[in-house]
Amino acid sequence: MSILSFDNVSYQYPSEDFDIIDRLSLSVEPGSFHCIIGISGCGKSTIFRMTNGLLQPKTGNICVNGNPITGQNHYCGYMPQKDMLFPWKTIGENLALPLEIQRKYSKAEQRELIDAALADVGLDGCRDKRPDELSGGMRQRAAFARTMLTGSDLLLLDEPFSALDFLTRISMQEWLLDQWQRHKKTILFITHDVEEAVFLSSSVLVVEETPIHSLREIPVPMKYPRTRQDLTRPEIVELREQLVDMLRKQVVV
Amino acid sequence: MKKACKGNLPTLIFLFSLLMLWQLGAMKVNAAYILPTPIQILKKLWELRIVLFTVHLPATMLVTLVGLLISLVLGLGLAVLMDASPFFRKAVYPIVVASQTIPTTAIAPLFVLWFGYGIWSKVLVTVLITFFPITITVYDGLQSAKVEMAELLLTYGATKWDIFFKIKVPCTLPYFFSAIKMAIPMSIIGAAIGEWLGAQSGLGYFSRRMMTQLDGAGVFAPIVLLSAVAMLAVAIVALLEKKVVRWRGEF
Repeated sequence: MSILSFDNVSYQYPSEDFDIIDRLSLSVEPGSFHCIIGISGCGKSTIFRMTNGLLQPKTGNICVNGNPITGQNHYCGYMPQKDMLFPWKTIGENLALPLEIQRKYSKAEQRELIDAALADVGLDGCRDKRPDELSGGMRQRAAFARTMLTGSDLLLLDEPFSALDFLTRISMQEWLLDQWQRHKKTILFITHDVEEAVFLSSSVLVVEETPIHSLREIPVPMKYPRTRQDLTRPEIVELREQLVDMLRKQVVV
Repeated sequence: MKKACKGNLPTLIFLFSLLMLWQLGAMKVNAAYILPTPIQILKKLWELRIVLFTVHLPATMLVTLVGLLISLVLGLGLAVLMDASPFFRKAVYPIVVASQTIPTTAIAPLFVLWFGYGIWSKVLVTVLITFFPITITVYDGLQSAKVEMAELLLTYGATKWDIFFKIKVPCTLPYFFSAIKMAIPMSIIGAAIGEWLGAQSGLGYFSRRMMTQLDGAGVFAPIVLLSAVAMLAVAIVALLEKKVVRWRGEF
């Protein structure tokens, strides 16, 4: 059974006169890692915003774990582009947010879960620090830990590393793959960086046109665990070029 | 303490020079009934200390406090409602702004006719002057909360209350303190104006009575006291703010 499925889903922004998502159907297997790539403004974030319930589809059904998302809570963890750590809260208090809102845990249980989550992302001892005391990479790891604490098996990551410098970004990519393999989550990851998409995903979902009618699934012929050396293999270089070509065709200069 | 003195040195020097100039100028004019010297004012303040501190200061402070409290409740309430409902904002905002175009001092004598010489006519003047900056500043604070943060909490399953208390309130706190710091001097001024126009006690009333007696220093003495109280109150709030507001600024 797929963890996430779209069945003929359409969406239209009130300010536009066409459906940016047009009868899209897709299904995502549990435990997979997919990157969605597409040019700016193509509508890939709209797919996320419908999945997490911030936007209501005009028509069609979205199911998580086989059940419609309306009426479900805490079924997906969403991590937006900016880390969105609340600057007036400490890292620990930031991580407590999803737990407080779920109202399932006592203070002591929350503290335990937060400490474990921080240790897991390598931020032990940062619980009482403020977000502005952390580097960009550390902030993203804290935001990721907060997303993990939603307890959802489905994680939606919307360009989480796009604001980081190159070296931080590539270490964060390796770190994320490691997290994914250890926690057996399903990850959907939006990016416009082709190399990032190829390095991370088991198969890349390409937005070929707007309105989005379908996502073209292109498998990446690389086994996990991956290293950056794998990216220099000829078939991977070729795949990268192919993806760049697909996207460039859509860019209107 | 030493550091604070050093930081305030330019202010102190400038203030002292101004007072010196005033002193010299007033001594030259030599008409204490319209332009008393600072020293005469201080002397007067000392002579009148008992009646000022036991009768008139408490009267003015009562009006100020009641007015400030009502303004706070009204201002916060309006701000929260305007933030929560666009319809309410559209309906009320123009009226709130229009209320500030009323020359309060000109119609305040009417308030005395409506509410008598008790505190309520003065409280009304105070509220009319004070609630506006509180409403607008707190409303701006509520609006400064980032939509993306609210959306993130919504994906966690947050309710409207979660969003209000976890995002709106902390984002508004610095604005709230700015509003209070603005409102304190304004409410004191409002109370004094109200008393000036018609009252049986209060520093504004006392100042006016001295005016009719052509006692220049007596006019100034209660005003100096009012300024001192306002500055003290703002300083206390600023201190409190430093303790409560852990974060102020941009995201």
